Amino acid sequence: MSALAMIYIFILAIFTGVEVISRVPTVLHTPLMSGANAIHGIVLIGGVIVLGRAGDHAIVFSLGFIAVVFGTLNVVGGFVVTDRMLEMFKAKPTAKDKDAK
Amino acid sequence: MMTIPEVAYLLASLLFIFGLKRLSSPRTARSGNLVAAVGMALALGGTFLLPDMGNFGWIILAIGLGAIPGWLRAKSVKMTAMPQMVSLFNGMGGACAMFISLGEWLRGIGIGFPWTGFMWGPEGPPPLPFERVLAYSFPMLLGIVLGAISFTGSLIAFGKLQGLISEKPLRWPLQKLINVLVVLGILGAAAASVNEISFWRYNSAEIWIIVLTVLALLLGVLQVLPIGGADMPVVISVLNSCTGLAAAVTGFAMKNMSMIIAGTLVGAAGSLLTVLMCKAMNRSLAKVIFGSFGGAAQGQAAAGQADKTQREIAASECAIMMGYARKVIIVPGYGLAVAQAQHLVHELDELLEKRGVEVKYAIHPVAGRMPGHMNVLLAEADVPYPKLLDMEEINPEFEQADVALIIGANDVVNPAARTDPGSPIFGMPILNADKAKNIIVIKRGRGTGFAGIENGLFFNAKTRMLFGDAKKALQELTTEVKAL
Repeated sequence: MSALAMIYIFILAIFTGVEVISRVPTVLHTPLMSGANAIHGIVLIGGVIVLGRAGDHAIVFSLGFIAVVFGTLNVVGGFVVTDRMLEMFKAKPTAKDKDAK
Repeated sequence: MMTIPEVAYLLASLLFIFGLKRLSSPRTARSGNLVAAVGMALALGGTFLLPDMGNFGWIILAIGLGAIPGWLRAKSVKMTAMPQMVSLFNGMGGACAMFISLGEWLRGIGIGFPWTGFMWGPEGPPPLPFERVLAYSFPMLLGIVLGAISFTGSLIAFGKLQGLISEKPLRWPLQKLINVLVVLGILGAAAASVNEISFWRYNSAEIWIIVLTVLALLLGVLQVLPIGGADMPVVISVLNSCTGLAAAVTGFAMKNMSMIIAGTLVGAAGSLLTVLMCKAMNRSLAKVIFGSFGGAAQGQAAAGQADKTQREIAASECAIMMGYARKVIIVPGYGLAVAQAQHLVHELDELLEKRGVEVKYAIHPVAGRMPGHMNVLLAEADVPYPKLLDMEEINPEFEQADVALIIGANDVVNPAARTDPGSPIFGMPILNADKAKNIIVIKRGRGTGFAGIENGLFFNAKTRMLFGDAKKALQELTTEVKAL
């Protein structure tokens, strides 16, 4: 993949990122931050690749190993915490329904 | 032809975009998070199928070592401690990006950096062009720096919110100069490492990379330590987009499309979120990062000199005031969350409603410790959504309110933000609790709030102070209201 193609993708992704969340209500700022936090856990993939291709290079191997541990913490912790926060928002429609009835 | 990992990455990128989109609307938010998680699983699965991969046993072990504590911690953490938890996980991502970039850089050296095509003369290899080495190693260097800053910065933010480090803005002499020197040091070390590689001197290049990493780690600490606890949400948001960016540049280094897309998405969305948050707090980002709370000490001293008394009140009297009121507005703050008293507030609210009192909640955009944090906490206590009103909606209603009950909130109701240009929070939009006919403040002690600023509202003639832990005070209040 050429560097230029990567830069195109980079720029388009910036606009997508801004556009996609531009109408988020304040209520969701915290969960959204947490969700975004989980998504950048994608670095885990890089860690897996570094570790997977480390061969017998001891230092690269160790760096990759630590990276995978930390990356997984980011991904798993991030998604679970976000889910727990959003779980509480589920009560919203039911509470409203009750009021309506 | 596309390979399986490429297809997986493409689908994952789409799922991240859809997930993020759904996350920004209350009704679809939870599914959005799941969609993104599925995307992550796909991307991870695809990675295993990449060519030239090995060490699978070790990979699984490392994933297990991260997943189990991550899961347990995330499941057990209290809702009030969410902000620091997000910060901690964010720091882990930063560390991951840093270690990957370091690993990629070292691997590049191990295979002699892929700059083939250079003929070895009899006197050894000719020097490589500086720009070419720079272009190759730039994403890795940037990945190391951004990752390291997020890592230590997030840990400091975590420490501050967790109470391990003083929440007060720490100051030391020549602060700005030192920061500038560290930044220059980072740039210098980066240039030196590139230069050493271009002359094939790998050993000294490695030393420069270590210098670079250490300086970047230090910069994260130096940048966050001077920022006060009240600004931590903004800091976490900034560091969040910083990690996103680190993931993206690491993706550049590894030519991995899904990393570039997901990282950039988070970097961009996180930046926008930071701006939105700053708007809600009426703080400029530059002021948060470069500090403006330095004036706090003076404002405090001036306020302390005036002759002022706080009027105490008993719970029974409060109960009478509220029980016979027509309209009560509750202003919940972090103190409420710390005392785990959300459920008690809800109980009190129901008791009052039964007596025909109209009860509403005024939610400041940054009540709690992050925007939206208070909504999460009250939702946990089953407070119905329509009762939670935003600042703009509720502010005109304070004038008709008989009682404004302020529970563990301080800075978000400080009238100094409207009236005192010398106050460090001047200009921050606040809840106009001082416009209510009566004000009851439940507060643990007489100290200043999160931002360390004296609050004139507590000395207002209409204000009555009910000192005590929010939970205990609310228990007394509910008992008294029941007895009416």
